[in-house]
This record gives sequence, C-alpha cells and structure tokens, in this order.
Amino acid sequence: MRAEALLRLAADLAAEVGAGSTFMEVCGTHTMAIARYGLRDLLPPDVRLVSGPGCPVCVTAMHDLDAVIALCGLPEVTVATFGDLIRVPASCTSLAAARAAGADVRVVYSARDAVELAAAQPSREVVFVGIGFETTAPTTAASILEARRRGVRNFSVLAVHKTMPPALRALLDLGETPIAGFLLPGHVSVITGSACFDFLAADYGVAGVVAGFEPGDILEALLMLARQTTPAVENQYTRAVQPWGNTVARDLMQRVYEPRDADWRGLGVIPGSGLGLRAEFADHDAALRFLVDTGESFEPVGCRCGEVLRGVTDPTDCALFGRRCTPQEPVGACMVSSEGACAARYRFRGLDD
Amino acid sequence: MTDDHGDRILLGHGSGGRLYRDLVNDVFVAAFRNPVLARLDDAAVLSSSGRIAFTTDSHVVRPLRFPGGDIGRLAVAGTVNDLATAAARPLALAAAFVIEEGFLLGELRLLCQSMAATAAEAGVLIVTGDTKVVERGACDGLFITVTGVGEVVVRHELGAAAVREGDAVILSGGVGDHAVAVLAARGEFHFRTPVESDCAPLWDLVEAAVDAAGAGVRFLRDPTRGGLTTVLAEVAEESGLGIEIDEEAIPVTPGVRSVCELLGLDPLTLANEGKMVLVTAAETADAVVAAWRAAPYGAQATRIGTVTSAHGGRVALRTRLGTRRVLDMPVGELLPRIC
Repeated sequence: MRAEALLRLAADLAAEVGAGSTFMEVCGTHTMAIARYGLRDLLPPDVRLVSGPGCPVCVTAMHDLDAVIALCGLPEVTVATFGDLIRVPASCTSLAAARAAGADVRVVYSARDAVELAAAQPSREVVFVGIGFETTAPTTAASILEARRRGVRNFSVLAVHKTMPPALRALLDLGETPIAGFLLPGHVSVITGSACFDFLAADYGVAGVVAGFEPGDILEALLMLARQTTPAVENQYTRAVQPWGNTVARDLMQRVYEPRDADWRGLGVIPGSGLGLRAEFADHDAALRFLVDTGESFEPVGCRCGEVLRGVTDPTDCALFGRRCTPQEPVGACMVSSEGACAARYRFRGLDD
Repeated sequence: MTDDHGDRILLGHGSGGRLYRDLVNDVFVAAFRNPVLARLDDAAVLSSSGRIAFTTDSHVVRPLRFPGGDIGRLAVAGTVNDLATAAARPLALAAAFVIEEGFLLGELRLLCQSMAATAAEAGVLIVTGDTKVVERGACDGLFITVTGVGEVVVRHELGAAAVREGDAVILSGGVGDHAVAVLAARGEFHFRTPVESDCAPLWDLVEAAVDAAGAGVRFLRDPTRGGLTTVLAEVAEESGLGIEIDEEAIPVTPGVRSVCELLGLDPLTLANEGKMVLVTAAETADAVVAAWRAAPYGAQATRIGTVTSAHGGRVALRTRLGTRRVLDMPVGELLPRIC
C-alpha cells in the first residue's frame, strides 16, 4: 500500500476510533510492526495500543528457562534452540553465559535442523527447546515424527509450547484492563483458523480482528475494530487465514501433543494452555528423559515484565526501562526477545520517548 | 584434485624450511608478483611524502567462497576500504595467513589469485606477508589478515568531529547484500537467493568524492559489521549532532528485503563490504552523488539524509508513513563470521 493510502487509512481511523480506547495485540510480529512503523504516532494520544502475552520467549516461565539451563549443564546434552532464547536471563544465568562457560548450546532455525544435528552426532543427546505458539508447535511435532521415522533416538524435545485462546480467556477473566478489541495474531490464525477466537465476542463481548503484518493490515484491522457496533470476531488477513485454519498442521499437533496446564510469565498457571508430548512419544520427551534439578526460580527484582505481558503496564512506565534494563543489558525477558514489548519499544522508540 | 599429500598444506609448510620456501615462492610470490615481495626480505621498504594512514583487518568469513566474492577479495577490499575512509590512496598491503593443516593447495592458490586481482583493481601491491600452519581443527580452513598503509590525499581532518549542521549524508548504494549472500551460501537456512556480495575495493569511489567535494568531505565510513545503522549512530553520538534519515531513500534490493522479512533481519544493520557512507557539505552533495553514480561501484548512490541540530546525538528515521523513530545500534551477536 502506498504511503498516501496508508495515511488516509490512518486519518479515517483517528476520526472514527472511540476516545480512550485500548486495543491489544498478542503477537510479537505485530508488536514489532507497530513500533517499527511508528503507528502509535498516527493515533489520537488517548488511544492505546498495548501488547499482550504474544511473545513466546517473554511468556516462558522462569522455571522452564531454569530447566533449559539445567539441561545444558548435563555433559552428554547438546541444547538446540531458536536464537531468541539465547540471551534471556533465567534465575541465575543465561544460555549465552552458559555457552561461554562451556555448555554445548546451538542456535538452529528450525526443529528439523535439530534432528539433523542429532543424526550427525549420535553420541550426543540433542534436546530441542520447543517454544512458541500454534505457529511453531506443528513444526516441532513434525520433527518428532521425523526423528521417530528415521530412528534418531538421541533427539528429544523439551516442550514448552503454548496455545493462545486459553491465555486470552485467562487475561479477560482477570479483567484488569478494559480492552476495546484484540488485534488477533495472523500467524497463529493461519494454523488455528479465526473461528477459535469466536469466544471473545460470544463469551466476553469483546471484539477481535485477525490482522496481517503490513502497516496497512494493522491500520485496516484497527479500523474494522473501531467500526464494529456489536462486538464480533472478524478476519482482515483473508489472504492467509481461513476460518478453520490449516488442518494438516492441526492434525500433526493433535497426533503428537495433548493439552497440559502451563505456567505463563505474568499470567501464572493456565489450565490446558500448554502442549505436552503424548505418552506414545515419551522416548522423545526431554522432560521425561532427563531429570534435572532446577532449584528455586526467582524473577529479577523490580522487573515488571509480568504486568507488561498483561497489558497493565506500559513498557515505558517500568522504572527499569531504558535505564537499568536495555537490550545491551536486559533485566527482563521482554527486553531481550526482539519481539518483546520492551525491546520493540526501546529499539524503535520515538524521538520523544 | 586428488587427495595425495602434495596437494594439501602440511604442518611442514609452516616450518620455515624447504617446504615453507616452496609454498611462498609457488603460491604467494607467484600470485602477487612484484619486485618488493620477490626480494623476500623480512620487511618491505616504502617511501612516502605526506601523511600516512595505517590499518589492519582480520578475515574469518565462513564459507570461504560466496556469491560475489571470497575471503581473498574480502580481505584486500576490506583493508583498502578502511584506508579509503581516511581518504588514503592505498600504498602497500601486507598479508598474513593462518592455514589449517590439510587445506587444499589449489584452493589457496585460487584465493591468492583473487587477492591479487582485487589488489590490482585497487592499484596496490601486496609487498610482504607471513604464513603460519596450524594443526587440523585449530582453525577453520583459512584466516587472512591484511594490513595496509596509504597516503592521505586531503589536508583537512576527517571524522565525526568535522561534521556540521546542514551537511548531507550520502550512501553509495544498496545495503545488506553481503550479509544475505554469505548467509545463503552457508546453506543453513535452505533458501536460494540471487543476491550477491557487494564486496569491492572503493578507493576510486572515495577519490571521486574528494575530487568532487574537496574540503567539503567531512566523514567517510564503510558500513561493514553493524551496518548502516551503526555508522549513522556513531556519527550522531560522536558529533553530538542529530541525523535525519529518509527510510525510503535507502536502496534495498527486493532480494535482500525478502530474505530479511523471512528471517526477521533488519537490512540497515546488516554488513556490507562494498559500500561507503559519506557526510559532505550540503553544497557539494549533488556533485558527489553525480560523481559516484558515474563510478563503477556507485551507480545507486543517493542522498539519504541530513545532519541537524535537533535531537543531538541521535539518528531519526523518517518512515514512509512520515512517523519518526530513533535508529539505534544493534546489540549482541548478529551474524558471526560474516567477514
């Protein structure tokens, strides 16, 4: 979309949006795009765009991070992970620091690469950290099936995958922030479909629009939210998202995972919001194969990531933001992950921030 | 190429004895052929009349060959470009090689030819050097360090301190190509791209700018690791002035853009090996852009921004929506062993 068209869209939005409305996005890519294009500057100052629990690394509970750290301390284990996790501070250290101290930590770009890594070094135990929402969970599932098919027995997964709908329910049940509408996650919805978010309007009377990631997509989705007279769940990202999603990917997930209770940073334990490996895949389940003592987990003093992830606190309202907590020396997870609300806000901060 | 020992580097090639002598003569002297090197003295003697610029750069890129270049071209161009940022015409280069035992001799020969060709293109000779061989596993194939001296062709001081309000910021071409080409060549991401490294010696480009703008040239820097963003942030920080950059003016090829979107990379923070950022007095900007566009590696040269007294110490990027945000230096390990 050309700049003039985008600006017209932004002007319509500014004119039609309800005063004082708060909209929440729950996808790290939306967080980045909004910050990157400075979309907040195009809205009236009293309209808030807040980030919810949409950054996979950020919502990972401290004791899960501690478990990853403990795993990479086992001499026979190679931990394979997406790069985003490397610098996230766990209770005492980070994977980056553990790696510098001699732990075998590898950055991979897909779960499949971790299977290849395991196949190439049969004397090592390769543990892939399965992190992320419905977007990445199917690829982890596929890697487990591939490892099984090829007999790569030294490949296992520490599954900390989570699903989005239960988190939104938990968030709305808390009722801390009046949310006028959700920008629903485009990538997640490619897999899940948009229909799984219908409960937002049906059960809570809250609007939602599945949005793409171009600035035009986001502005258009916000305009759709602003124009709703009765709360409904709509789909702006029709070029990629179907109501019922990607059934092949969903079948894969169904085959490999079962719902588990999962602990979320900021939201606590949410029943049925995690994806654990079914008993049938116990031989590839790192949580069963390696018993590690993580010790006690604790959050950094003064860090308000939990509140940021619930949309209660704006990153800039945290006393640590940009002072003690920067991308160079992050205190909380939301400042580390490139998709974190704090990192995006810091990196793409406006001249007035 | 067969696997017999005659075709591979042996530990003995680094011993200083007969094998070493043969390696130096058959590979290095043969490739770099010039009378200063051929003397095989421990030090080359040079003469110069004016101010001297002096720099060194080690290269550890993986893989050794990538579309658009190789470690040899990269090593020579890197040092020539570092000299060029001081407005220094390259006078002589020294090349030091750390080679892993078992490295193919034929490959070393080809890489040295690539170095020689790049040096010839830049109008400079490789006049001295050193070779060490380390046992298998102690380095990854081949590391090259190139040191250079050059003659500074301007009388005035260049640098961030010379930058003034109202100066123009000019970029010699599209950004991100080198990093994307090297990433693709590694094969880890399983994508194919037509993007080639921009790796090139840029002395001619700098000379053209100096001819066009004279004392108007304030600052030169090649945006290698850390990319354009880092260079701009450094100028702002060191000068205490603000810089206003127009995002849409920065050339990024569709190939680079699509890889960046796929992998979540920012083209403005990616390494380049054949680009120059120049800050010059406003009235000389058009002349520099015109001169660069006429030069071999400057066809896409364009003015991307202006130095301002507002928001001192920071770079503001104006997005295509007209919103403005701070452009900040990237953090941490972006892409290891990119050069």
